[in-house]
Amino acid sequence: MNALNRHRALTAIWGSPRGWRGTAASVNHSDIGRRFIIAAFAFFAIGGVLAMLIRAQLATPGSAFVGSEIYNQLFTMHGSIMMFLFAIPMFEGLALYLLPKMLGSRDMAFPRLSAYGWWCYLFGGTILIGSLAFGVAPDSGWFMYTPLSSKTYTPGINADVWLLGVTFVEISAIAAAIEITVSILKVRAPGMRLDRMPLLAWYLLITALMMIAAFPPLILGSILLEVERAFGWPFFDPDRGGSPLLWQHLFWLFGHPEVYIIFLPAAGVVSTVLPVMARTRILGYGWIVAALLALAFLSFGLWVHHMFTTGIPHMALGFFSAASALVAVPTALQIFAWIGTLWNGRPELKLPMLYLLGFFLIFVLGGLTGVMLAMVPFDWQAHDTHFVVAHLHYVLVGGFIFPMLAGAYYWLPHFTGRARVPKLGEAAFWLIFVGFNVTFFLMHLTGLLGMPRRIYTYSEEMGWTWLNLLSSVGSFVMAFGFAMFAIDVALQIFLSRRSRRNPWGSGTLEWATPIPASAYNFASQPRVEDRDPLAADPDLGLRLARGEGYLAEARHGRRETMAVDITTGAVDHVVVLPGNTSLPIITAALTGSFFLCLLFGFYWLALAPVAGVIALGWRWAWVLGWREDLGPVSIRPGETAPTHREAPGAPGWWGSVFLLVSDAALLGSLLFGYAFLWVVAPNWPPPELIGGGIPVGLMAGLAALAGAALTRRAASASKAGPASSASRAAAGAIGAQAVVIAGLMFVGITELPPPGSHAYAAICWALLTYAALHALLALLCAAFLRARIGSGHVSGSRRLEASVAQLFGDYAGAATLIVLLCVLAPAVMS
Amino acid sequence: MLHRLCATITALALGGCSGPLSTLDTAGPAAASIATLWWAMLAGSAVLTLLVTALLAMAFIRRPRKVPGTSLWIGWLGVAMPSAILMLLLGFALGLGEQTIARPSTKTVTVEATAHQWYWHFRQPGATSAIETQNVLHIPAGRPVDVRISASDVIHSFWVPRLAGKMDAIPGHVNVLRIEASRPGEFEGQCAEFCGLDHTNHRFRVIAHDEAGWATFQLGERP
Ligand code: HEM
Ligand SMILES: [Cu+2]
Ligand SMILES: [Cu+2]
Repeated sequence: MNALNRHRALTAIWGSPRGWRGTAASVNHSDIGRRFIIAAFAFFAIGGVLAMLIRAQLATPGSAFVGSEIYNQLFTMHGSIMMFLFAIPMFEGLALYLLPKMLGSRDMAFPRLSAYGWWCYLFGGTILIGSLAFGVAPDSGWFMYTPLSSKTYTPGINADVWLLGVTFVEISAIAAAIEITVSILKVRAPGMRLDRMPLLAWYLLITALMMIAAFPPLILGSILLEVERAFGWPFFDPDRGGSPLLWQHLFWLFGHPEVYIIFLPAAGVVSTVLPVMARTRILGYGWIVAALLALAFLSFGLWVHHMFTTGIPHMALGFFSAASALVAVPTALQIFAWIGTLWNGRPELKLPMLYLLGFFLIFVLGGLTGVMLAMVPFDWQAHDTHFVVAHLHYVLVGGFIFPMLAGAYYWLPHFTGRARVPKLGEAAFWLIFVGFNVTFFLMHLTGLLGMPRRIYTYSEEMGWTWLNLLSSVGSFVMAFGFAMFAIDVALQIFLSRRSRRNPWGSGTLEWATPIPASAYNFASQPRVEDRDPLAADPDLGLRLARGEGYLAEARHGRRETMAVDITTGAVDHVVVLPGNTSLPIITAALTGSFFLCLLFGFYWLALAPVAGVIALGWRWAWVLGWREDLGPVSIRPGETAPTHREAPGAPGWWGSVFLLVSDAALLGSLLFGYAFLWVVAPNWPPPELIGGGIPVGLMAGLAALAGAALTRRAASASKAGPASSASRAAAGAIGAQAVVIAGLMFVGITELPPPGSHAYAAICWALLTYAALHALLALLCAAFLRARIGSGHVSGSRRLEASVAQLFGDYAGAATLIVLLCVLAPAVMS
Repeated sequence: MLHRLCATITALALGGCSGPLSTLDTAGPAAASIATLWWAMLAGSAVLTLLVTALLAMAFIRRPRKVPGTSLWIGWLGVAMPSAILMLLLGFALGLGEQTIARPSTKTVTVEATAHQWYWHFRQPGATSAIETQNVLHIPAGRPVDVRISASDVIHSFWVPRLAGKMDAIPGHVNVLRIEASRPGEFEGQCAEFCGLDHTNHRFRVIAHDEAGWATFQLGERP
């Protein structure tokens, strides 16, 4: 088969049909990645317009441009849009688009999940922006402190929009995190050992792992607050044993890692682009990876530095202050590794390099003010002033936007296949750079002169007039810069001349694809022997197009890509990916209607979309797989490998593992809340504890154990024994999980005080609900397994579904036992 | 000539630091030591920024030179230098924090501050009965004052920048902040935690009295 025919055959398999049907059904990672990037940029523009309105209002003292009611919506939406609808999705888009190409593979591990995440993001973002248009946008600040955001003080739906909209969008973040983790760990080109991965993949892997652990506290907090608002369960109400501080802990347990989640991918872009601009290799690859691990670990121990003024004892503050300072060390390590790389090479002042220099100056200043704020006494003064506003923009704009702009100019030829229009980009850079510093450098001083954040106006006597005016002027200069950037990109897409392949002379694999990239990335997948495969073999792209790699054969209309051993990169199996489907968009639409039902208070109606999502989830899993064994398939002349359903450690199994890790983080946060309320909240101990329920609890616990054991039994029997015994075991597991659910609910209803009476009862009910939902999930998994055994999809060698059902059974069992232990502990002790 | 210029610039800089809510125009020991910490950190940061900028600039200057190896970049500059600086800074800041927090002493006056949407309520013992004031807090100059801070509705924050740092007012919790005015005078206070519609105007004033004024105030008369 020649290169052109192979291109046609592969495009037929991997491409998306034209028209709106194709758009709705595409699951291709390049499509989804591009959409994420474009939408994120659009949200950035909206957030930017809000910022301009903020600056217009603050430009002069006593301004009557907008009142406080609107101003509160402006800054809340500005912050929330920038954090949730711009920064995170922008990096997700970049990861979705680039990762498979950099890893030498053809798509991400779970294409339908990417598409689902995309639609959730789009619909959720639309709900948030829609609220702005209707004047009911969230207005309690981007961290939504209770009690201000609780029903008493925010009676309208403003806060519900935030809680539900952001949670909806966070579904896409969790989806992306799992997707990125598994794709990096498993779906790489053969031979790419972990230590041969491009550094960006390391950055993204660590970022994704952080997201898996960091988003659950926020999701949990949002659920609890929404339940408090909707049903009056008083998790955060101090009069009924709740604590406003619990919200702060949950929020910042997410919020601090969040800033590193935003920074790390951008730092990964620096580590990728900078060595190419200096025509050398990165200095200290291993050290940088170690620094990233340290950073990820430390960033979970810093959240209290956002709460230095909440009255936590000084010794505890000292601990968090030290940890916050410590986190500067791995950051400094990276900075000097980058500078050392520049010294080693011959850096050229091309446009991406210009943005990187801007990054260095701005980010270093932001890091230094960060260390200042980590010093407890200084934070007592600077906290909640414009000094913090300056700091956070130095870090976010310097640490995210500048590297991303460098990356944009670096990879744009890859997206468009075209070269850049000269000069315009440089002009945009200077406007953004100068405008940024004028806006925010002065703001440090404004803050030290006492200007609090989130005030909508000030009087002349305060002495902030000139500083504010200059800040506003600077922000408009910056806005012009961004507009110019957008024009520059548009010109490049529509007018510019074609670019040659690999215009920067880079060594990473994404430049071995044709540009713009084809739907399948690589006509055949490379064997990787080097950290910079293209530097070692500049003709690699052509050889791959000629079919001199893995999986060169387009067969049976299947989307095939290689999966490897996690550490060694040895060939493991062939993943057969699902093709285009409209399941993701339909599921996302139903998910969205669930959130809308909650938003408008139709709580019973909300059960309908839930049932729909369950049904679609079932179908989602059902449409894959085969009724017969495929056996080993050829991957290269003379070499074969099994397909993923017939190999242990398939992506689906790993994805389930990481989903459950995230789920465990959610349970952990809930248990943290339970302990926190016992120890810290006012009006404890509660007037009434759990009355008893030990016998029923014991029974539910035993049923949970039986459920897990029977699922395991069904899994192992489906391997060797007759199908009928596996089927019976699965039916037993279904029954056991039903008993668990009934037992948990019985304990709650008969023994616990009503959930609205006290935070104690509310959080116990939350724990019971958590366990019951997981029993339900395990029940569905067992039922699915049973149906698949019946239909012949599970066999002695096709093990994937049995192993996943077993995971969920085990997890539900463990979760039920932990929950019962915590809920029944007071009854046991009394 | 140069001297005069320097003097003018310093005066301008210091003058630029004054203001009713300025953290740098200090009037109490806590605020003063924090301002010192700030100036020290500013100087250190300036040096570090210069170092990074110079190293960056040198990377672009083309001349034959011996390139330092990984151990200098990563070992010394990346790990050793920041660790040493941070350790010093942390020790200093922790010590300072310890001095600032409320400790028992016989001289202290205790007042209760309760934040409401959107006013401040103060209550303190007087000579005969408790004295309650709204939006104005009376304290003696030159004596440490422990403010017991709480809130009745949402979270607010008690902040008198010229005297000390801020402390949140959280419903259901009581936090203690030590403030002290070195000399008599009036100092502006501001709610620092976003508290809803009128957060901007959630202000109060601290009046520090001399001995005579304080005595009169405690008798419940308007001084
Ligand atoms: C493009 C230029 C930008 C300008 C002129 C700008 C301006 C501002 C201003 C003036 C505030 C303070 C509002 C107040 O406290 O009253 C603010 C808050 C904030 N900004 Fe920006 N910003 C910009 C970009 C960004 C970006 C790129 C991000 C994040 C990636 C961001 C994240 C935030 C956050 C999280 C807040 C806090 C909101 C809150 O207090 O609830 N901003 N911005
Ligand atoms: Cu933080
Ligand atoms: Cu207030």
